[in-house]
Amino acid sequence: MGAIARSAANLVTTSGVWLKGGVNNASMDNISAFPSGISGDGITLISSQTASSSASISFTSGITSTYKAYKFVFINMHPATNNAEFTFNMSTDSGSNYNVTKTTTAIDTSHSESDVSSDLSYDTGEDLAQSTGFQTIAKNISNDNDGSFSGTLQLFNPSSTTYVKHFISNTNKMETSVTANYLVAGYGNTTSAVNAVRFQMSSGNIDDGKIYMYGIK
Amino acid sequence: MGSITRSFANNIGSSGILSASAVTNATVEDVTAFGTAPSPATLVLISTQTASSSANISFTTGLDSTYDEYIFKFINIHPATDSAHFEFNMSTDGGSNYNVTKTTTSFYAYHNESDTDTAVAYTAAQDLAQSTAFQRLIPDAGNDNDQANSGTLTIFNPSSTTYVKHFIANSNSAHQDNYSINWFIAGYGNTTSAVNAIQFKFSSGNIDDGIIKMYGVKKS
Repeated sequence: MGAIARSAANLVTTSGVWLKGGVNNASMDNISAFPSGISGDGITLISSQTASSSASISFTSGITSTYKAYKFVFINMHPATNNAEFTFNMSTDSGSNYNVTKTTTAIDTSHSESDVSSDLSYDTGEDLAQSTGFQTIAKNISNDNDGSFSGTLQLFNPSSTTYVKHFISNTNKMETSVTANYLVAGYGNTTSAVNAVRFQMSSGNIDDGKIYMYGIK
Repeated sequence: MGSITRSFANNIGSSGILSASAVTNATVEDVTAFGTAPSPATLVLISTQTASSSANISFTTGLDSTYDEYIFKFINIHPATDSAHFEFNMSTDGGSNYNVTKTTTSFYAYHNESDTDTAVAYTAAQDLAQSTAFQRLIPDAGNDNDQANSGTLTIFNPSSTTYVKHFIANSNSAHQDNYSINWFIAGYGNTTSAVNAIQFKFSSGNIDDGIIKMYGVKKS
């Protein structure tokens, strides 16, 4: 037996399996892609949508029992109509109707560029009590060329058929010459699975902006 | 043919390729590097910096159009000087100057260790109105040996040349007077120039200890 063959034989178990030392795979340098669905951190980008004079943006697929939490990220949402409010609602029939009953809270904190006003208050004008209406998550958004809002909305366990559907939103917006941090939370008071979410302005189109939907395992 | 050789031969397909069961490392536990495959992570760690009596910590690379959402996590930030304010600013010139104009809000919830004082309130002393000054994230940080401060700062779409730069921060501090304080700071950098660097520092004295991590959230 030659030296190489003998060395190789020493790397094989009695059942004919190569030992780890028999494979030079410390660097798998030919791998150029991982299979879809492989996530290294438990967070997966499911889909994204870009507004372009859009009446609404709806996510009607991807909200399932695959993930226990979903995170929507809003990037520079810009209204066509000045001081419009950005709102959302949920659906239990895959988007045929967006009318889940909700009870919510809303905290508004704001500060003007001129430093003449600042505020922290509960916003009774924007909370909901067993209402099927759309929930505001950013209000009075400027449609100045550089005006927009950004932030996040987390939706927990939407596929549950046992519990209500909790959500927490945190956004920052630019009203004309005012910044406002808006914190909204609540629950969809339904034990039906939520399987679609819609976003729209209270008035006019979503002129620009992007929404990402991530799933969190 | 010996038994080992025969067993091994059974693990080879007709085209001469080893079957998966022929290799003991199906979990690829010894792999230390992959080729050109991008990270399967969605929350991508871009860089980490550890303070050690540091005057400041600056991130001058990696903040670009690759991501629309950047998350900074500051972990156990410990000031050298008691009651110093942990603060940040942005740069539009790669870190030559940290002086972006900002308008911000600040409110907090606090509770002292002796259980005699609680509140939630807006804090006008910590907000900014069209100011280029550093924005406080954690005011009046304590520097007892066990006191430190942790939290997150999210910046949205810093590379935009159209919109202002929104940010949202939430942190919890060990206040110098032995309070736990939950800080909510948010606002926008009022610039349409791309923000490409960020600096963290204390208002007085060094960052004695702590770690700051910068993550990007994948957008495709």
